[in-house]
Amino acid sequence: MASHAHHSDEFDPTADIPKPQTKVIWKTFFILVAITAVEFAFAFMMDPGTLRNAIFIGLTILKAFYIVAEFMHLKHETKGLIWAVLVPTVLLIWLLVALLVEGTFYGESVFNYFN
Amino acid sequence: MSQTTTFEQPNTGTWDGGNEPFKVSYGKLMMWFFLLSDAFTFAAFLTTYGLARHRHKAYEGTSEAFTFSTEWWPIPDKVFNAFPGFHGVDWPLAFVALMTMILILSSVTMVLAVEAGHRMDKNDVQKWLLWTILFGSMFLGCQAWEWTHFISGTDEGMKLADGSVIHGANLIVNQYGPPLFADLFFFITGFHGTHVFSGVVLLIMIFINTVNGVYHRRGHYEMVEKVGLYWHFVDLVWVFVFTFFYLV
Repeated sequence: MASHAHHSDEFDPTADIPKPQTKVIWKTFFILVAITAVEFAFAFMMDPGTLRNAIFIGLTILKAFYIVAEFMHLKHETKGLIWAVLVPTVLLIWLLVALLVEGTFYGESVFNYFN
Repeated sequence: MSQTTTFEQPNTGTWDGGNEPFKVSYGKLMMWFFLLSDAFTFAAFLTTYGLARHRHKAYEGTSEAFTFSTEWWPIPDKVFNAFPGFHGVDWPLAFVALMTMILILSSVTMVLAVEAGHRMDKNDVQKWLLWTILFGSMFLGCQAWEWTHFISGTDEGMKLADGSVIHGANLIVNQYGPPLFADLFFFITGFHGTHVFSGVVLLIMIFINTVNGVYHRRGHYEMVEKVGLYWHFVDLVWVFVFTFFYLV
């Protein structure tokens, strides 16, 4: 920001550049790696089932939160923007639930066609 | 000409563009809305996967006794268990774990490039953009290998009732299970891979601009932020693809 006035035309390597502030970035990275490791632990140490799937989906949403909130910086935007992005995704949950139910019904009708 | 005028005399009235309720630039706001629409596209794909999976029978037996059959939806651990250089060795999900790590790392280097841009540190922006391009290309290479393996199949293949054996998968036949499984694999990972490819192209473009000092002269690195948003979104989609295709 301070560099506008005197050297706006060419890059000057001697200009003052503030120190990087990367603590939060690396912290977020380690959280994401840790969650992924936990996901693998569940994949190999727990039998498949509804509970395991629920854990996977919960951890996925947690990972998504860290990516969107910190990496995409949404947490630090205005409330209006946060809601404008998040609210429409509710429709996706509806779509998902509706079509999973539909898929089960469709499969059952095909499997029991001659009964 | 008109652009210069706009910069020199910004509109300040509430109803002539002077009011920014979201406190972000037009470009960033439109990137957010584009990504929201893209999220709908990917969610439609993954929901289709869910529908197809619920329409088919789930495998009932033990994991050890699992065989590929068109009767039931395959267990992902049994499909994605190959690793380059280890032919025929059963390493469930190891390669996809590597791909996930590469993509998360590329997201970190991207956000470091954005951070360097805020500090007007041209050298750091260049460095982190190069790392991001490298990791993005590595991910694409991994995906190319995974596709090749998925298409050519395993040595055992799937035995059909008439005694013939099919190896690998395409849009019509699939050794791993119902043909829809392969179709959805190609569509979902292919659509995501196309996004990664576009992202790498965008990254190369902004890298060239950074090297040429375009953003430094402009006085801000907002273009890096906008491409960064796109790149993180690609990582975000992978998180969901990873869960719904490889884990669940």
